[in-house]
Amino acid sequence: MSPETLILAALSIPLAGALLIGLTGRVSPNLREIVTLTTAGLLIFCVWSLLPFVYQGGRPGVQLAEVLPGIEIAFRVEPLGMMFAALASGLWLVNSIYSIGYMRGNNEKKQTRFYVMFAVSLGATMGIALAANLFTLFLFYEALTLSTYPLVSHKGDPATVKSARVYLGILISASIGLLLPAIIWTYSVAGTGDFTAGGILQGHVEGPAVGLLLGLFVFGAAKAAVMPVHRWLPAAMVAPTPVSALLHAVAVVKAGVFTITKVIVYVFGIDFLFSEPSSGWLFYAAAFTIVAASLVALRQQNLKRLLAYSTVAQLSYVVMAAAILKPLSEVGAAIHMLAHAFGKITLFFAAGAIYTASKKTELAQLRGIGRRMPITMTAFTIGALSMIGVPPTAGFVSKWYILAGAFQADNYVALATIIASTALNAAYFLPIVYMVWFEKDSTPPGKEHGEAPFAAVLALAITAALTIAFFVYSAPAYELEAQLVRELP
Amino acid sequence: MTPLEFHLPALQVAAPMLLAPVVALLRPRGLAWAATLVASLMALAIAIGLTQGALSGESFSYAMGGWEPPYGIELHVDMFSALVLLIVTGASSIALMAGKASLDKAVEHSRQPLFYSAWLLVLSGLAGILVSADAFNIFVFMEISSLASYIVVAGGTDRRALPAVFKYLIMGTIGATFYLIGIGLIYMMTGTLNLADMELRIHDVADQRPILVAAGFITVGLALKAAVFPLHVWLPNAYTYAPHAVTAFLAACATKVSLYVLLRFDFVVFQQNLLGHEFQFAAFLMPLAVLAILAGSAVALFESNIKRLLAYSSVAQIGYILLGASLVSLAGLSASLLHMFNHALAKGTLFLAVMALAMRFTRLDLRHLAGSAQHMPWTMAAFVIAGLSLIGVPGTAGFISKWYLVSAALEAGPVGFFLIAVVVIGSLMAVVYIWRIIETAWFEPPTEAGEVIREAPVTMLAVVWLAALANIYFGLATDLPRELAAGAAASLLGQLP
Repeated sequence: MSPETLILAALSIPLAGALLIGLTGRVSPNLREIVTLTTAGLLIFCVWSLLPFVYQGGRPGVQLAEVLPGIEIAFRVEPLGMMFAALASGLWLVNSIYSIGYMRGNNEKKQTRFYVMFAVSLGATMGIALAANLFTLFLFYEALTLSTYPLVSHKGDPATVKSARVYLGILISASIGLLLPAIIWTYSVAGTGDFTAGGILQGHVEGPAVGLLLGLFVFGAAKAAVMPVHRWLPAAMVAPTPVSALLHAVAVVKAGVFTITKVIVYVFGIDFLFSEPSSGWLFYAAAFTIVAASLVALRQQNLKRLLAYSTVAQLSYVVMAAAILKPLSEVGAAIHMLAHAFGKITLFFAAGAIYTASKKTELAQLRGIGRRMPITMTAFTIGALSMIGVPPTAGFVSKWYILAGAFQADNYVALATIIASTALNAAYFLPIVYMVWFEKDSTPPGKEHGEAPFAAVLALAITAALTIAFFVYSAPAYELEAQLVRELP
Repeated sequence: MTPLEFHLPALQVAAPMLLAPVVALLRPRGLAWAATLVASLMALAIAIGLTQGALSGESFSYAMGGWEPPYGIELHVDMFSALVLLIVTGASSIALMAGKASLDKAVEHSRQPLFYSAWLLVLSGLAGILVSADAFNIFVFMEISSLASYIVVAGGTDRRALPAVFKYLIMGTIGATFYLIGIGLIYMMTGTLNLADMELRIHDVADQRPILVAAGFITVGLALKAAVFPLHVWLPNAYTYAPHAVTAFLAACATKVSLYVLLRFDFVVFQQNLLGHEFQFAAFLMPLAVLAILAGSAVALFESNIKRLLAYSSVAQIGYILLGASLVSLAGLSASLLHMFNHALAKGTLFLAVMALAMRFTRLDLRHLAGSAQHMPWTMAAFVIAGLSLIGVPGTAGFISKWYLVSAALEAGPVGFFLIAVVVIGSLMAVVYIWRIIETAWFEPPTEAGEVIREAPVTMLAVVWLAALANIYFGLATDLPRELAAGAAASLLGQLP
């Protein structure tokens, strides 16, 4: 198949899947699950078939429609988006296996709507990853926000709906209030919003306006959760855990940092931003978010909320790495998206497995749970180590590149931030690891439990294995992202 | 130009007007509706013909009875009138097509011929305003359409429509009278009623007090009819208690026709002639537009009846249209005219969806609509699409005009940044008030469980969906409205630098 067909297929498969899931959901749940898994499998096939083209330096693209003169709905594959699409599609399959175990294990209601909206969200994610210009990106960015609302508010009780409104309110307000004006601004000064190697804004804006425009982009893309627009992320934890796992550790939040990285690399251009002092604040905002979110995480008693704040901090690693504005740090930012995804989805899978097996949600209830759920907690431990950045896990690899980028820029604040946050990560993850393995079992009598359903355990074992595997073999990812730097003028 | 094409401007008015008395005589069940629909579709076809002509650069000028302007009565169609004609005839046709079942419920059988006859008079009156090139004829057609619209608004069974219509009548009459006073003053000073002629002759008497007073009367009178904040008080109740199909028709086009006249006068007759009119116009209308956006949206936030909620949203949307015009620039005026078209699409579809909803739910308060989407998923899905268009989500028609509006504001310097903030805040409020409805309908459990509520009739749904898909179509293929709006804006601005 030609790469153009593959791009269109990658966009339409999730939507077609959503339709089929909706239709088969009335017939039989088993059939519905088969459709979900088949759709995910097909999507992986299509997206990953694009990889060879990108490795060979190809940048295939298609244009669907020209909405206004110069403003098109168009798609184009480049290393960053390729990686994001490959990541999201790959983890969707694993996550679907997990969802089946989780949703059935907890007897959740409205499962058909759940799977339909999940597929739609993935379609929107593909659109974001493959977008060729700011307008197309924004289109799918909004679609992702709207299509995840039913997933977040799945439970439907007043408390959940209230949290889901915070989620929607912050994301929509920021995107319409800040991101959209930034995009229109860009189009009106540069005459285009196409993602172009080396940027499009040089010579069109200067001085403090650059910093302001950057601010509109960064806080407008609230999905990246740079403080103070991070509050939606803990609020979104009311969602069923598979949603938190794929969307709030991978697709949605990565869409945010992806947007920011893409804007820095392809709209501003790193050299232009580096030469413009008014853009310097972004680095400090990200560094502040890393440390502050880690401090907040330290005080959490609820496992999912702790993971949410840890995500806020880890996302700002990506933003900070991108804001160091050196070639190696951009590569580090891209690779950290990947590495964090493996580790964090494992942690969320584990949290969901614990909930399914025992209905436990608070840290204090987890004493000694390792003996009851050895596989789950082993995976949890691997995920936690990856968050801290300990070898042999994925987190180590990306931290290595970010640090290398920091040295390239002689940026010692970055160095200090990474060291401080590593210490903080260890301070909130290691006590949990100690507690689950070495303390006395706290499960009340009569509530004995074992591992979660097989599908859930299988999924988290896969992602834990990926976390380790990425440490051993990360060369393909580096090869891909190095192109990001190589194609710079 | 074939003879038929030549007569199109006259036929645009004459066809529905001549059919109106015929329709009043059609007793057999359903026949009046069918004849009205045929007349309306005919008008739509004529409007499309005129639009094609206008796009290809022809300017239709038609001398009634062969008396040459400025002495005879002139009809004139350019891109601006073609754009609004499309909106009017399209809204009427769509509302009729979708609205039969709803109107059968709202209007008793024996009164239907008269009701549909009045509907045709509204249509021909609005079309008459748009093709007239003569200030006094505009007044005459304005009265025809207004009087007939009082009838159709009060035509339903809801008794609360009567006081609402009375208010509408009083306010509408004041507005029309103001307009007439203004025309009288100008006639006194220039001796002409033909707009083109007036534009030339007013130059000699410009800045004499009667002309300035006339400009004031005309602007305020038309602002009243166009429901410009704070002269909008007649609108919410009239929209709320009118039969649902009538609301869909009038909400899409009635106020826009008054805005059309307002812009014609302020940009063509006055703009180049009165010293500083550009500034006075902007300084008068821009604050009103900003207030309309903020106040209209804010009231909609707390409104619980969804028809009234959408009516207040219309007040805000009129603000956007005025805001673009008050920038007095090509980009701003294009945005404004484009928003006329796109708002008609979005709001028309929303009211059509409400009409479908009202087929099954008699009470349109939010709390009675909890979980309605579970019974009527297709209706509410169309509502969501149109709602997104109203908010201005990309991929829908509403986004295009917001984009133009923000781009135009960016060109306007420091004031522009303030205006962008207003547009953004207004859009965010739209998110909230539309979302309230979506959340109630889709995500709340139905209050009366176990009751069997069917989806709206298929014929109605099909038209509602046609309108909803048009919102997406015109969000992606924007050539037609964009060209019309840009062309109209350019001709309105004329010699302005």
